[in-house]
This record gives sequence, structure tokens and C-alpha cells, in this order.
Amino acid sequence: MKRKIAVALAAAVVLAVVGGIAIQADEFTKKDQERWEKEYMSVVQKGRELWTSPALGTNNVACAQCHPNAANTHPETYPKFQQQLGRVIALREMINWCIQQPLEGKPLALDDPKMVAMEAYVMYERRGVALAPGKH
Amino acid sequence: MNTIVPSRRDFLKGAAAAAAAGVVPMSVVKLAFADTAQDFTFAYISDAHIQHISGNKFVRNWDRGLIRAVAETNLLNPKPDFVMFGGDLGQLGMKEELDHGAEMLSKLHYPLHCVMGEHDYYLDLGEYWSKLFGPHWYSFDHKGVHFVVLNSILTYDDWTFNKWPSAEQRMLEMAGLDNPNGSPFMVGEKQRAWLKADLDKVAKTTPLVVFSHSPLQKLYKGWNFWTEDAEEVQALLKPFEKVNVIYGHVHQIQYNQVGNISFNAVMATAWPWPYPQSYAQAEHTMPVLTVPMNRADPFFERDATGWQFIDVHTGRVAMKYNLYNNTARTVAWNPATGKPEDTTFQDPAKRIPPQVHY
Repeated sequence: MKRKIAVALAAAVVLAVVGGIAIQADEFTKKDQERWEKEYMSVVQKGRELWTSPALGTNNVACAQCHPNAANTHPETYPKFQQQLGRVIALREMINWCIQQPLEGKPLALDDPKMVAMEAYVMYERRGVALAPGKH
Repeated sequence: MNTIVPSRRDFLKGAAAAAAAGVVPMSVVKLAFADTAQDFTFAYISDAHIQHISGNKFVRNWDRGLIRAVAETNLLNPKPDFVMFGGDLGQLGMKEELDHGAEMLSKLHYPLHCVMGEHDYYLDLGEYWSKLFGPHWYSFDHKGVHFVVLNSILTYDDWTFNKWPSAEQRMLEMAGLDNPNGSPFMVGEKQRAWLKADLDKVAKTTPLVVFSHSPLQKLYKGWNFWTEDAEEVQALLKPFEKVNVIYGHVHQIQYNQVGNISFNAVMATAWPWPYPQSYAQAEHTMPVLTVPMNRADPFFERDATGWQFIDVHTGRVAMKYNLYNNTARTVAWNPATGKPEDTTFQDPAKRIPPQVHY
């Protein structure tokens, strides 16, 4: 039994050496970076499409009508005390509030890929701004 | 021009709506002309964005904004001499939207003059709008003031006529404020030639009020807070002693002074827009003179929307912004500084935290 384990361990060491950098967790290539950027931007793009589309609501109104380039959404201030709701909320809860009120639509699940995409878009338009959680 | 007198029942409905909202009919201050016949005020309603859903359904929120503005304007005492509507009556230029909006405007007790907005224009190039409201640009005289109405939302011919497969597509592309496929607004050569000829007949001492939908100054191109040939238009206005430009489109309080020309923006009845400085990626040239309106509270759906009444008794505009969920603000010409200024908040020490936008 002990011998079998020792052989398996030795084999693993050999594989790790032969496999080289592919299994080194902390080394990544330019290609990796390009892939991450591409994946992220494709979700941002999806978010932009949703932001400018009437598909989330029932009255043809789109988020971008009041928030061009997602301006005046202050993503850097969340989570924060939303006085009108009386509690600390995440940005995506405010996105749902807007979907339900001005857009007269149904709220999304908080982990809905559409919600993630819209949050990604809002944050992307706000890039470079310092975090200010809790700021009203 | 619209002089339809609504029924007493309609008036009472409007009055009841305004009273229910806690609005007190307001009085216009006595004006300073020696000849009292020359005293006058007018009201300005803009950017209603009446939006069709389907059948006989329209977006309730935007409908309520215009209905309220009309009802309140009808309660003014003394009465304004006329009402301006500053453009973007519809959202996508559809007959349904323009008809529905015209029906609401027909409840006004006063003569009406209209300005063309891009949302009224880019579906059929203003044809149906023109059937309802008249020519795309024109001028008129009223009690010693020369008024000019421009269509400032034209753009390059190639964009208008060659770029889009359908009129609906063209309208949608221009309707998105932040759409990079849009195109800069302009008055254009033909209309500037008309403006020059129109102004040649006017004495340089006559107070001039110019209405446009876009700003006739270059503030932020990304959202078309911009007129491509602003300098050329300003050059035509320059020889006059008292020039006032009043524009819509921006859905917010703005004011500025460029040479002898005073600029005042009007609010929307539909929804407010962010100031360009709140878009972190934007380079803008917003006037330092402007004290921003309070940041809007979306939980009050009429907050940061409204209408305004205006007096021009000095030949300069004094604009009272009638804000629904905030204290009204007045931006008036200050003869001491030669600029339009907020009569309460111009001094930085007097400003309040909600006026800080970020």
C-alpha cells in the first residue's frame, strides 16, 4: 500500500515537471490576459445592450433614457444606506428597483447573468473613480 | 399657433390635479416698463417625450409630466401672453405620440409656439409635426421683442439621407442620447442664410430672444449638448445689444454668458438628465456659471422635472424654474455683473449639498 502511494507520488512529480508551466498557478501569459479582457468586455457589451434596450421592462422605456452612459448611478457608493428603502442595499437591488418602477418590469434574480452584465457595464463606465461605499 | 379654448370641465380637471399636488397658483411680479401695455411674461414647457407603448397605451410617467405642466401653466395669474413648447414632444416621432402630445397641449389656454426636437424630426423629417404645429423655423414680434425659432437639430445630409436602411432605424439611432452612431446637431447653411435675412430687418437695439432645441453652444458633444455651427449662429446674433438664447434638450438647469449672448436651458417634463461632469469618461466644457439643480431623487418620479415662466421686461430673460419636489429657482440677468445668475445660490457659500454632482 505504502509502495503504491510512493509510486503515485513519484508519477505526479514527474508529470508536474514534464507538464511545465501549464500547471503553475501564478504564472499567466499575455494570451491569458487577452482572454480575460475579451470575456469581460463581451459581458460589458451585453450589459450595454440591455441598458439601451426596452427588453427588461413592459413600457418600452430603457435604462439609458435617464442614465446615458450609465451616468448618475454612482456604483462606487454601494453598498449604501438607501434612505427611501430604509436599509443598506447593493447596486443590483437599485437596478431592480428601476426595472420595476420606471420600466414597469419584473425584477431579475440577483445572480441572473443579465444582472451581472448590467452591473459590469455600469462599473465599466465608472472606471477610474475611487471607491466610496456608503456615500450618499 | 393654437388658440383652442378648452371646456370649463377640462379646466376644472386640470385645476383639481394641480391643487391635489399641492401647487398654489402663482403670481407674476409686476414689471418695470413705463408703458404697462408692454409688460409681458411667457411660459416654457419642454421635452415631454410622449412615448407610445402599443394601441392606446403610452408611458404613464411621461404623460403625467406634460399633463401637470399644462394644468399648472393654466393657473398662472396674471396670464402669460403665450406658451412655448421647446421640442421633443414625442419619443420616436410617431403620429400616435405627436397626436397624443398635441391633444394634451390643446388644453392650454394660451397661444402656443413650438420648437422642433430631434425626437420629433428623424422619423419623417418633421413632416407630421409640421402639419400639427407649422413651419420648422420662423420668427415673430411681440411687444417690442423679436423672437426667432430655429430648428437646430439638423445634421449632415449624408447621415440623414444615406446612412440608414429605414426611417425607423434613423429615428432610433438619433433617439439614443449616448449612442455613438448619432450625429452632431446643426442649424445648417440654408437656415443661417434665412436667419441673417430675418435679422437684417431688425433694429440692433431690439431685444432678441432665440429659441432652439439644442444649446447653440458647445458643451458636451457625446450627448449632443452641442450645436456644430454654434459659432456661426452666435456671429449672426453678436451685433444685437440684448440677446437671449433659450434651449431645451438637456433636461436640466444650465445658464451661461458668451460675449453679449445669455443662454438659459429649460427643464424637461419627462425626466432629468445627469450633468456631463457626472460621466467619468467625458470631456466637457460645462459653464462654470451654472449652479446645478439638485441631484434627482428617483423615488419621486417628477423630481428634477418641471416647467418655467419667463419675463423679458428688461430685454433680458428672468427665468423662474418651477420645480415639483424642490424649492423653485430663479435665474435672472444681473445688470451689475452682466451675466445671468441664480438669485439665491450663485454665491458658493449659499449652495446646498444636493447641488454637488459626482
